[in-house]
Amino acid sequence: MPASGGLKLQFSEVEKRYGMRLALRGVSLTIAPGECVALVGHNGSGKTTLLKIAAQLTRPTRGKIDFFAGETSIPLEDVKSRIGMVGHHTLLYEELTAEENLIFFAKLFGLSDPAGKARLALEPVGLSGRATDVVRTFSRGMRQRLSIARALLAGPGLLLLDEAGTGLDPEGQQWLGAAIKSLRDTGCTVLMSTHGRNETQGAVTRAIRLEGGKITHDSGAGGNPNEVLVLAAVRDTGEEAS
Amino acid sequence: MTLARATSVILAKELRTEFRSRELLGTTIVFVLIVIVLFSFTFNPTSSESRRFGPGLLWLAFLFAGSLMLQSSFLREQTNDTLAALRLAPIDPFSILAGKMVANFLFLLLVEVILLPVFAVLYNVAVLPVLGQLLLVLALGTIGLAATGTVFSAVAAQARLRELLLPLLLLPVLAPVLIASTEATIGVLGDPPELSLVWLTFLACFDVVFLTAAWMVGEYLLEE
Repeated sequence: MPASGGLKLQFSEVEKRYGMRLALRGVSLTIAPGECVALVGHNGSGKTTLLKIAAQLTRPTRGKIDFFAGETSIPLEDVKSRIGMVGHHTLLYEELTAEENLIFFAKLFGLSDPAGKARLALEPVGLSGRATDVVRTFSRGMRQRLSIARALLAGPGLLLLDEAGTGLDPEGQQWLGAAIKSLRDTGCTVLMSTHGRNETQGAVTRAIRLEGGKITHDSGAGGNPNEVLVLAAVRDTGEEAS
Repeated sequence: MTLARATSVILAKELRTEFRSRELLGTTIVFVLIVIVLFSFTFNPTSSESRRFGPGLLWLAFLFAGSLMLQSSFLREQTNDTLAALRLAPIDPFSILAGKMVANFLFLLLVEVILLPVFAVLYNVAVLPVLGQLLLVLALGTIGLAATGTVFSAVAAQARLRELLLPLLLLPVLAPVLIASTEATIGVLGDPPELSLVWLTFLACFDVVFLTAAWMVGEYLLEE
């Protein structure tokens, strides 16, 4: 559950350049608190870059991003404690146990009772029984579950998921979809990139398609995300087939 | 969270992961022992030559140890992109560098302390009577080595040819530390022993300047 309500995000004319390549071309977008937004598009379309900018992992070359709690703007230096992220990689230390990983990140986030918080976070992801095992011994699906537990540890107001369903079996994807839905219902804002149709998209309230760093389709807040998701799935399938 | 608290949390993680795997310490100690033994066999120095050339060889060995050990400081964070996880945390970015610097300093100091008796035996140099002064020189030189190495490890980790890049960046920058540490060690191991305040001050200044620079640009060093 978000510790202090969902965040509103506002991207204004965001551009990101990597050397000669433009990864994002003037993206303007407002995401309201409690929205669950799916970013779709093929590889290199700018989904991950947009998520990284939202996570403060990289700065936009041009334009800006603002965060709001209600109508109050939050300074960028204060926003990190309210963001959880699951990336392409697990963001976990292989030499540490599941519990040690979570305790370490709980301490970095300044949470009280890190050990208690870690134990609590392991329960819903079904890893309580493996708390003292080192991550190196985990399957891909278990690592992904632990990664999700890490992202939810501090009760984020904004959850960023970069193809978080990758590596999860259908049951795991179903669980992730339900977890996202329950987070969204508690007011947490979710921004996720997905690829193809999967169970996590059941929670989506809005879908945005990126192509070449630009928004080409946006179902809008309150619109029907399925049209964009289906279109994206058809295009992805077409690209894979060709 | 304060800088000191975040640094201590990251330091504890560094120590735990290293002492659990012992990969880095084990290989570095073996490597530096081989270097010291090979130097000894190659030069076969007399006692007076040892006092003159031994400190230079010793610090060269430490430098090799540093470039080997510091390489993986940030490379390890790339396996699962854990550097991104650290940067997602609401902490001062310098605490990531500081935690790693302190860990690297302790690892290097441990390697040096293990190596010192071997050096004393192979080069027939009495280190026990001047151990306190020698440890002071080792500490100041190693702070410079660890601070510079950690910063360049962060830079090199994001580049192509990263394994080659770190020694190329590190060795020229560390030349002043190598010279000052060697000169200070020559003085300490001399007959009579003499602790050169000039070289100690030079080392302390290098450490302060580099730590300040790292603190000022730390945030940008860790960015993609």
